[in-house]
Amino acid sequence: MNVIFDNIDTFLRGFGGTLTLLGLTTLFALPFGLLLAAMRVSPVASLRATSTVYVEVLRNTPLLLVFTFFSVIITYISGALPFQVAAVLALTIYTAPFFAEAIRSGINGVPVGQAEAARSIGMTFGQTLGLVILPQAVRSVVPPLINVIIALTKNTSVAGAFFIFELFNVGREVANANGNAVVAVFLGVAFFYLIITVPLGQLADHIERRVAVRR
Amino acid sequence: MEPSHTAHPAPGTAAAGREPLVVVKNVNKHYGDLHVLKNISTTINRGEVVVVIGPSGSGKSTFCRALNRLETIDDGTILIDGKELPKEGRGLAKLRADVGMVFQSFNLFAHKTILENVTLGPIKVRKQSPADAKKRAMDLLQRVGVANQANKSPAQLSGGQQQRVAIARALAMDPKVILLDEPTSALDPEMINEVLDVMVQLAHDGMTMVVVTHEMGFARKAADRVLFMADGEILEDSTPAEFFDNPKSERAKDFLSKILTH
Ligand SMILES: Nc1ncnc2c1ncn2[C@@H]1O[C@H](COP(=O)(O)OP(=O)(O)O)[C@@H](O)[C@H]1O
Ligand SMILES: [Mg+2]
Repeated sequence: MNVIFDNIDTFLRGFGGTLTLLGLTTLFALPFGLLLAAMRVSPVASLRATSTVYVEVLRNTPLLLVFTFFSVIITYISGALPFQVAAVLALTIYTAPFFAEAIRSGINGVPVGQAEAARSIGMTFGQTLGLVILPQAVRSVVPPLINVIIALTKNTSVAGAFFIFELFNVGREVANANGNAVVAVFLGVAFFYLIITVPLGQLADHIERRVAVRR
Repeated sequence: MEPSHTAHPAPGTAAAGREPLVVVKNVNKHYGDLHVLKNISTTINRGEVVVVIGPSGSGKSTFCRALNRLETIDDGTILIDGKELPKEGRGLAKLRADVGMVFQSFNLFAHKTILENVTLGPIKVRKQSPADAKKRAMDLLQRVGVANQANKSPAQLSGGQQQRVAIARALAMDPKVILLDEPTSALDPEMINEVLDVMVQLAHDGMTMVVVTHEMGFARKAADRVLFMADGEILEDSTPAEFFDNPKSERAKDFLSKILTH
């Protein structure tokens, strides 16, 4: 275990790197996901189709492939995309569809009569969604959104393979330098991930139970 | 509140010599192979109260919902106050603001108070100030008899109260016409009259109304015309007295014998 305490600064910086990726990606992917979900339920067929295709393609593509695309190909083409930016971009583009699906299932959970009542008093699509549907969907949407963030936390580790300073990469480096303590190092890495994901999971369960009670 | 039994206005007079408000011409609609609206044409004049009656599945709801384009139509035209219903977008939203709708299942906004239910449209769609909207909403809630419930949430009200709020919500938009699709069908029997009374009052105040209902009492008391629909067609278009006392088609006779025995 000493190997962790000896390298605690490195671990903490890696942890910071992971949190940064997580925070930035959530910041961008959540609004993007909301936009995709809104397009998916909009009255405009071409927007619906665009969103559907995008969501289905990305949800069914391995993250590593998306990363490779952004980190390698785009960097190769433009030559100037920093790895950090590429990583956040790739994670955002990959995660937004999952947010979108969580939001869409929440939207679909609101009785259709609510939207009809809103439209029948002359609300636009945006007003109907923003003033009537989403406020009612939000409680049931939060737990699945948290689950997407948990998956995203784990997915940030893929960025380590692309020279980004985050937990998983830190683990590899420290393990390489301490060949006799590989197991301890990766247990330490796991611990830091769990610090993020376990409380999130608890929170999701808690909210889910409260929503279930109020139904 | 309870009005006398004189019909309002004398049947037939409202339709005569008034300007058309809702003009439906050769409207067709299919659900897959099912032809739900078969070449429907009718004109509803300003101030007229039209009751739509007919067996379940005959297309009454579809007809009603087509009037504010909650359902699309395959062909034909629907004009509201001289304007064709726009296909989508802001134009349609604007037109819908002028066409009130009351649903069988009330559909009050579940996350808003009773008062907010009535002010939301005026504030967000009509861009009224919250103070003006609130004042008007309280007047309307007073008028339908639920002003004392203003700060409750819809789930705390009885069905009859919720439906009266739904009527107030529609009225708050100052609509040119109100569509009511079986507004009392989901109510316990003891609450039906409180909603019908509000509707009769509305009719007497000169509101243009399209009401899908099997409440003959309402039709006789308040309607200028009865449209009898069966299998997607308007089979009869007559005054309430004519229709109920002397139906022409076999379908109508058969239908009336069934609802009368209940
Ligand atoms: N969304 C829909 N999809 C398919 N069929 C429908 C839909 N809505 C209504 N219908 C069918 O259209 C017919 C007319 O329905 P509706 O207008 O609701 O009749 P009514 O209100 O007179 O009972 C019925 O046969 C019904 O099953
Ligand atoms: Mg119906």
